[in-house]
Amino acid sequence: MTKPSPQELLSRKKVIDVEDLVTHYGERMILKGISMDVREGEIMVIMGGSGSGKSTLLRHLMSLETATSGKMSLLGRDITELTLKETYSLRKKIGVAFQGGALFSSMTVGENIKLPLREHTDLDEFTMDIMARMKLEVVDLAGFEDLTPSELSGGMLKRAAVARAIVMDPKLLFFDEPSAGLDPVVAAQLDELILRLRDAMGMSIVVVTHELDSAFRIADRITMLDRGKILMVGTPEEMKASDNSRIQNLLNRRIEEEDLDPDAYLRRLTGEDQSNERA
Amino acid sequence: MNLSTREENGIVIFELDGEVDLETSPKLRQALLQQVNAGKSVCVGMQDVAYIDSSGIASLVEAYQTARRNSSGFGLACISDSAIRVLQLARLDKVFTIYDTIETAVSDLST
Repeated sequence: MTKPSPQELLSRKKVIDVEDLVTHYGERMILKGISMDVREGEIMVIMGGSGSGKSTLLRHLMSLETATSGKMSLLGRDITELTLKETYSLRKKIGVAFQGGALFSSMTVGENIKLPLREHTDLDEFTMDIMARMKLEVVDLAGFEDLTPSELSGGMLKRAAVARAIVMDPKLLFFDEPSAGLDPVVAAQLDELILRLRDAMGMSIVVVTHELDSAFRIADRITMLDRGKILMVGTPEEMKASDNSRIQNLLNRRIEEEDLDPDAYLRRLTGEDQSNERA
Repeated sequence: MNLSTREENGIVIFELDGEVDLETSPKLRQALLQQVNAGKSVCVGMQDVAYIDSSGIASLVEAYQTARRNSSGFGLACISDSAIRVLQLARLDKVFTIYDTIETAVSDLST
């Protein structure tokens, strides 16, 4: 399947819609008014330098954290208005592949993959076995269901985590740094898997990564964050063509030398900045 | 999901309509296993399947395996694009016998 055109993409239904999201850790403002959306069947990559807020944004998108203010809907539901039961039901439609795999070391790979099915469904055991093995086939780990996570390599662990994330056929799938720590060939295979999942199952996929090659390979659009704000949302081509120097610095891995504003620097050192943000 | 059943030339034809998902697949599984366990040959018409998830596919796999064990026939017919993509993802399009039409399936399975 070829990538959708920007016009076609924006005509699709929003599966994530974020408006003016603000969040703090303690008194420090981390996300400073984020507005973005993700469309049906889209692969949205969230990028940004260290401390840009991309992991924090991901946790909010996964509704693992509550924002200070702003609105957010997931799969058409305003998450601030959901009851506990509705949140539980919504989470069944969402898959998450965590950075480190987050598989339980005491269970076999197969048991790890079946865990969401046991938690959320009353399916027959044999049906669950087949579903888990099908997903292992999809991630190219057929026959590994009886091993424990400690017996897998880094790349295999990531793929096993993907198998668990997709075992319920989620409408929305989140990846946290899927390529981190992988060699380029294995990283490219994982990218290929992400594209196949979108194409075959019509999933909407959100990927947080700092790997440029991976981002440009898979993204329909990229959200570029910088210091808790959105610098730009656009296609990889739009991103490359941007004349914004901060974006080019991030894309070209240039360390940005900040113009020193003595007053602002003094305010930062004395904590006056944070007092202003709190206000 | 709507599930209709009829019999032609000794072949039980299931026609699926709508979404086969975690909620509805147990019903499909039960209906299929009932027939294949009774030694019947089965054709599953999937033209109007808007969506089928892995639990639905797993039900088809289990029924197919049971049919093979009982030496009875099992085939899928007129599979929708969305369903074939899911089968292809798990390479199950190479496992199931897939027919273009229900008529072809019935003709083949009844021989």
